[in-house]
Amino acid sequence: MINADVLIDSVISGLLLGLVYGLAAIGLNLIWGVMKVINLSHGAFIALGMFSVWILYTSFGIFPYIGIVLVLGLGLILGIITYFGALHRVIDAPELSTLLATFSVSLIIIGLGTFIFKTNPKALDFSMGSIEAGSIVILGTKVATGIIAIIFTALLYAFLYRTRPGKAIRAVSMNRTAAELMGINSSLILALSFGIGISLAMVAGALIATIFPFTILSGGGYELKSFVICVLGGLGSPIGALVGGITLGLIESVVTLGIQTSFVPVLEFALLVVILIVKPSGLLGGK
Amino acid sequence: MKKILVALLLLSVLLVGCSQQTQEAKPTPASTMTPSATPAATETPTSTEKILIGFSESKTGKYNAESKEQTNGFLLWMEDVNANGGIYVKDLGKKVKVGYVSYDDESSGERVQQIYAKLISEDKADLLISPYSSGLTASAAIIAEQYGKVMVATGAASDNIFNKGYRHVFQLYTPSSRYLTSAIDLLAAKFPDAKKVAIVYENSKFAKSVAEATKKYAEAKGFDVVLYEAYEPGTTDFTSFINKIQAANPDAIVGGGHFADGETFAKQIFEKKVKIKLLSLLVAPAVPEFSEIGDAALYVTGPSQWEPQAKYTKGAAEKMGVEFFGPTVEEFVAKYKAKYGYEPGYHAAGGYAAGLILQKAIEDAGTLDSEKIRTALENMKVMTFFGYLEFEKGDYYGRQVGHDMVIIQWQKTGEELKKEVVWPEAGASSEVVAYDEKY
Repeated sequence: MINADVLIDSVISGLLLGLVYGLAAIGLNLIWGVMKVINLSHGAFIALGMFSVWILYTSFGIFPYIGIVLVLGLGLILGIITYFGALHRVIDAPELSTLLATFSVSLIIIGLGTFIFKTNPKALDFSMGSIEAGSIVILGTKVATGIIAIIFTALLYAFLYRTRPGKAIRAVSMNRTAAELMGINSSLILALSFGIGISLAMVAGALIATIFPFTILSGGGYELKSFVICVLGGLGSPIGALVGGITLGLIESVVTLGIQTSFVPVLEFALLVVILIVKPSGLLGGK
Repeated sequence: MKKILVALLLLSVLLVGCSQQTQEAKPTPASTMTPSATPAATETPTSTEKILIGFSESKTGKYNAESKEQTNGFLLWMEDVNANGGIYVKDLGKKVKVGYVSYDDESSGERVQQIYAKLISEDKADLLISPYSSGLTASAAIIAEQYGKVMVATGAASDNIFNKGYRHVFQLYTPSSRYLTSAIDLLAAKFPDAKKVAIVYENSKFAKSVAEATKKYAEAKGFDVVLYEAYEPGTTDFTSFINKIQAANPDAIVGGGHFADGETFAKQIFEKKVKIKLLSLLVAPAVPEFSEIGDAALYVTGPSQWEPQAKYTKGAAEKMGVEFFGPTVEEFVAKYKAKYGYEPGYHAAGGYAAGLILQKAIEDAGTLDSEKIRTALENMKVMTFFGYLEFEKGDYYGRQVGHDMVIIQWQKTGEELKKEVVWPEAGASSEVVAYDEKY
């Protein structure tokens, strides 16, 4: 009953969507891995990214993929501000304090967002055509999103492993005290990593906005998926997040063909539990 | 210093908490009226200067688009009736003007309950109109019935609001059990080679009841329902869903839910170039803004409670032997266009008809007494621009039994997208076109 065309279509969709999920998760992964902070404002910033690219496109006519670069910069600034505003003082406190701090940031963003934008769905009226092969149709925006997700992952990888600030980030995540002894200003590095994490979340949101309609509350679903992906792929490894994202995207896309759509989240979270039991450090995690 | 800050914080939390409390205390009925049995003898409007109609609007939230239309229609009616001096109440021997009270329900069921309790007990509304959507109306109906206030339900099609034993809620829309059955009739009549139908619906009260009724009807007519599945309200990503639909290879897809998801679904079906003969979605295609998705809207069909091309005329009323009340279809469309700048859709028509039917009930009853108005509605048989209206008695008391659906399709005249009525054939303004003709 399921013919090859539909299966291939599902696999490609799943792959492309999975890359976006992965990008969204990388931000969370980085923050979690470096600072041991569970960023509950992740979803709110994804939604903020969606609105940013929408405002840039509808009010200023900026081409979305250029807007995304601007969103990256905006995310960095917002992330650093959020770090010094909400996290800096509680960074050494138990995880619950930082969790609450990021949760309150989430509430603030969503509250303000609901007030300003209301909850009516918005959409980016933007098309990149589509690629057809037989009866398989792939949206141009999805392909672009997938490619950009890969580019950003590669950039992040290069940053973390080839540049001084990147290496400093990795040093701080291994042992903060030792890094400070080496002359690294750990507070600035933590702020930077949080900023990068947030900017990636916002970019992911911006990319998602080119494909699907959204509201200020849309981030929540992606935040949950990001948590699953982080566990799946392993902490601290950007490639791991991407792999986790692709895995999740593929599962969602292909499994839906066989079972009731409403059971897919059940499957996703069951997988989360299984991984936590069997290999808690994730598929590519090493610690 | 810290202690002062903590104290201030606690104080503000308490204040916020208290204001919430007073909100939540309201729904418990300290009502002097017992529902239905005893006539509300003490029911006089607090002011004979105005008839106050209360309702909630979804100014924000997912029902925003449809609710706005509904309210527009109502406000136009109010303007019309007040321009005429008001509604004539025989008991008072004069015309009384109409006023209204409304609040934003944020498309939330809990807010609806708070608001309707407030409308009745604080604002002293004489009569009520429902919010938009079956879900919200079901919430409001509980309150209306509790306080024994008459509520006209417009924008609400679900059948099972009406099998709860309510005696004060009256439905204007064709109920969901008869929503998509005409789409199946259309499919059978115009696309005789079509055998497989996919029913894909929003997991909400309204869409579910439509889907259930449609499945039964389709199977009874000999169709093979190859897919019957729900998607969660608020879904924006139908990719995997559409893959599943393609795997089942249907000739027609029917279902949907409300505007936002219907619009997104139609767009993604087009993006995926799904090849089907008929795509019939609830609510979305009938709303004028549906054309904003451009070519994705082309050849999409949908059931509609009413269209400007509808043939509800004084002549038709005469043939049926009933009265024609209110403006004609042309008059309504012209007035709406003059006031709002675009053609009305059926949500707006429903809003206007809600006010209109209350007006007729008050005129028939000759009084503003709730129970007498209720009786007038019970016995009403009237033709309006919105269609023939009659309410059921018995098990489904208040359900609409006179009104019928039409099927519309978006077609192109030149470069412009326009809605045409394609079913029933008697009222059709154009022939239906197969959906895959657009590729």
